[in-house]
Amino acid sequence: MRLEVDITGKTFMNAAGEQHDVIAGVSFALDAGEVGVLVGPSGCGKSTMLRILAGLDHDFQGRVSRPVSARIGFVFQEPRLLPWRSVEENVRLVVPLVNDAKLSALFEILELDTHRNHFPGELSLGLARRVALARAFAIEPEFLILDEPLASLDAALAARLRDQIAMLVDGRPVITLLVTHDVDDAVRLGDRLFLLSPRPARILADIPIRAPRSQRGDAEVAAIKLDIMQRINGGPTGRDAS
Amino acid sequence: MPRLLSFAVLLATWWIGSLLAGDAKLPPPPTVFATMIAEARSGDLFFHLGVTLARVALAFTLAMSVGAAIGYLMGRVRLADRLGDPWLILLLNLPALVVIVLAYIWAGLTEVAAIAAIAINKLPTAVVTVREGARALDASLDEMATVFALPRWKKFRHVILPQLSPYIAAAARSGLSLVWKIVLVAELLGRPNGVGFEIGVAFQLFDIPRLLAYSLSFAAVVLLIETLLVQPFEARASRWRPRAA
Repeated sequence: MRLEVDITGKTFMNAAGEQHDVIAGVSFALDAGEVGVLVGPSGCGKSTMLRILAGLDHDFQGRVSRPVSARIGFVFQEPRLLPWRSVEENVRLVVPLVNDAKLSALFEILELDTHRNHFPGELSLGLARRVALARAFAIEPEFLILDEPLASLDAALAARLRDQIAMLVDGRPVITLLVTHDVDDAVRLGDRLFLLSPRPARILADIPIRAPRSQRGDAEVAAIKLDIMQRINGGPTGRDAS
Repeated sequence: MPRLLSFAVLLATWWIGSLLAGDAKLPPPPTVFATMIAEARSGDLFFHLGVTLARVALAFTLAMSVGAAIGYLMGRVRLADRLGDPWLILLLNLPALVVIVLAYIWAGLTEVAAIAAIAINKLPTAVVTVREGARALDASLDEMATVFALPRWKKFRHVILPQLSPYIAAAARSGLSLVWKIVLVAELLGRPNGVGFEIGVAFQLFDIPRLLAYSLSFAAVVLLIETLLVQPFEARASRWRPRAA
């Protein structure tokens, strides 16, 4: 199973009728079991790219090939829960045949067990995000897309969820694509980091991280982060593109 | 309690009014209630109420189901909206009386004509309200349903229908009150039974107690249906909303 992406261009028309280039040229490939991380300034077209990869937007130049009828788990930037269904119903809706024990374990990991019967309107944003994560995990996806899944969570919980994501990803052959602008998350979770330019997006650098996730010590993470920061802030490409 | 109180105030006002206006114009409550009981005993009251209710139920169901389907289509498909809009504006502004009279002329003084006329009067408001709802559907939830590959029926039932339900409830509510009003006119003009027919007879005989007896029984039935059926349904449909303080 493999995801191959070669988007050569994506433009869209704004309300005033002006044309905007969102993506200039992005191509990469990911194998099952690999976590790719898109890192880039906000507004650089990351979310647009995810929508294309998930098959929600077909209006672009280039080619995307992903495994046919792969189960996709998508954690959107905003939780996108059904407000009129309880937390549990929201998850069960996308996985009607879910194993009860597995679901309970998932709720426990994400600390949602006391909120099963609440409606999304009664949850804080952080909790709602966890429900969205539970929904994406519950379907046991073959292609997992995470759009800023850890934003607006407190640091301790974010770290725990990061470990959970890592565990899921290591446990099953899943193609994972993560969008974040937190370099720390990117380095701790990713196998390959794609640094993106400001809009229209191009890949500035493709940085592989060879050490297995569980063996990345703080020193190593810090070294990679330093390298990335230098590329983003200090590199000539970062400057003249803005 | 406040409901009972307001009912008592209504009765008192009525009684005082009848004292001022004289029995001939506005009979006092006991006279009207006596007529009501007499009509109920003979079975006429329930027969006519039942006939009217059946017409209301048929016309309402017909108009709501067809109206909701057309409204959804017009809200989702641009071409349908363009094609349907002139018809909608025409129907919205066509006086009820015109529809009823034309229906009776074209289809004869039949049950079908009466029910069709009532339904056609209610149809456009249902279309307009549900169309508004279909236009306001949340595209981000639609995307969620697509990504997670929800089957069509499930998506309709769990994602689309709950978004439409406040609009459908609003259409039902306003439509029901419209149907209550129009059904009596349709009966008055071309049916040999029903509350509207009885009121027409009472009008011709200037039998005011009977006129009021039928009008008030009808109003009581409307009130009963609103509190026992419509309001619980609305409460259930909106139970996920955080309660207003």
